[in-house]
Amino acid sequence: MKILSKTSTDRTNERTSDKVFRILSLAGAVVILIIMLGLFIELFNNSLLSIKKFGINFLIADIWNPVKGEFGAAASIWGTLISTLIAMIIALPLGILIAFALVELLPQKISNVIGTAIELLAAVPSIIYGMWGLFVFAPFMANYIQPVLQSIFGETGLFAGPPLGIGMLTAGIILAFMILPFIASVIRDIFLMVPAVVKESAHGMGSTLWEVTSKVTLRYGMQGIIGGAMLGLGRAIGETMAVTFVIGNSHKISTSLFAPANSITATLANEFAEASEPLYLSSLIELGLILFLITFIIQVFSQLWLKKIKKTMGVQ
Amino acid sequence: MIPRSAKPRKTYDFIIKIFAWLASLSGIVILAWILYTVIVKGFSSFDLAFFTELPAPPGVGGGGLANAILGTIVISLLASVIGIPIGMLAGIYLSEFGKNSNFAESVRFFTNILMGTPSIIIGIFVYTIIVLQAGNFSAYAGAVALAIMMIPLVARTTEDMLQMVPSSVREAALALGTPRWKTILDIVFRSAKKGLITGVLLAVARISGETAPLLFTALNSPYWLNGLNEPTANLTVTIFNYAMSPYDDWQQMAWGASLLITVGVLAVTVTTRFLFKEKTKNKII
Repeated sequence: MKILSKTSTDRTNERTSDKVFRILSLAGAVVILIIMLGLFIELFNNSLLSIKKFGINFLIADIWNPVKGEFGAAASIWGTLISTLIAMIIALPLGILIAFALVELLPQKISNVIGTAIELLAAVPSIIYGMWGLFVFAPFMANYIQPVLQSIFGETGLFAGPPLGIGMLTAGIILAFMILPFIASVIRDIFLMVPAVVKESAHGMGSTLWEVTSKVTLRYGMQGIIGGAMLGLGRAIGETMAVTFVIGNSHKISTSLFAPANSITATLANEFAEASEPLYLSSLIELGLILFLITFIIQVFSQLWLKKIKKTMGVQ
Repeated sequence: MIPRSAKPRKTYDFIIKIFAWLASLSGIVILAWILYTVIVKGFSSFDLAFFTELPAPPGVGGGGLANAILGTIVISLLASVIGIPIGMLAGIYLSEFGKNSNFAESVRFFTNILMGTPSIIIGIFVYTIIVLQAGNFSAYAGAVALAIMMIPLVARTTEDMLQMVPSSVREAALALGTPRWKTILDIVFRSAKKGLITGVLLAVARISGETAPLLFTALNSPYWLNGLNEPTANLTVTIFNYAMSPYDDWQQMAWGASLLITVGVLAVTVTTRFLFKEKTKNKII
């Protein structure tokens, strides 16, 4: 190790070929930083027109009228937040249950099969989720799930309106399916890191399997699970195709989860290529900037958080 | 202290276990449901014309997506040609030169963040730097967008794989007087070969199924590829356009394209996992 660290710091005797190679590889690393910086600068510069015209109002105004040239992001931001919230509410408990089953419950062989299936689910391109969501799952929602929900909870409030199939709820559920593999595998990895001794001592006290998992394993790995959940959240917020297909593309904020809605990503996917007016384009890019800032903040937090845990837990 | 009865606790445990079973089954059910739908609906649109002809106007019937298949292959290849070398160089830097320096740590940090940046944002970024400047959509722009998605993926796998090569291997080569670049490219790379190939193939599979970065960069086209500097047909954007169209035969075509993309991506994923079934630590993160 000593020899290596010496050659990497003391460069007086470095060969020219080595120097070229080192600088080349450094350039590769710098490209990543340039892209990151470029993302900020370009998105900001290109949304200046809209930022100057609408100011802070852009964030809270619930108008989207390309004909009159009036834009407000409230509906899209609302849709992004609510659909992601639905996805997290579904995916997090399911992910914990799946991890529990994979690690503690299932025989090794079945566990492997399910583990593979979940990994494959993660590899399916998001546009396939979109296709399946629009043509198969949305009708399924409209015919079976939504009428049942309405008959239980009544046709008001969250479940008001006709069961169209597409809409906020369906988008949230498809999103949940998309991030489930990710969240489940993160939680599984965390469960596997919990030392056996800790669990065994709980078993020795006469705890049931779920008590061990919920009171010992989950608590031991809580920080890691929070970090993994944040990463999942970042993914869900930025997911485009799966949401675009099923959210319904309507710039109206509705209290009903059955109503068509919109998300930042869906608005961009649907309207960007057709936006010819400079102000329209600029408003769309500002939407992108907002999305970028949201995901950036989530990513920074989760990276710092995970880094901190790795230090305190001393693993990985 | 009165001992708590074990019965309600055990019942509760039993119920949770059933739910856990159901939850893990749901993973398989969703996968099977999606695959079943895509195969059943997609397979019927496969014929010779699908792979050899240009798209037909709606209502006419016949026609194929040969131009989109070619376009997807060309854009993915071009993206790989740009993205893999840059990503590998960055990975080499992190593993072999930068190590734990502050600069390397921050590169690592931003690599992770770039990996988590929504693909549609990268599409907008490339739109502003290439499409707006050049004045037209192009295969180049699409390839650059996909390459930007590949770079962090390849960089992180490269770093992880090189890190797993014991430093004694490097020391042995260096002690023989091998130049450092040759040590890395000839010796360290060879030891990490399997992992590197797995990582790179998975990255290629991942980007070839992407849609969002192509929407505003490569766009789409009903014609044959006539040069890289014009809108280029590709499978994923075609799926999006056709699925959203009101025409039955176009939607049918979209299913065919979906099957092709799914089979392609999953085949690469499965074969790399089978071929290199080692602990590659290649998580979805």
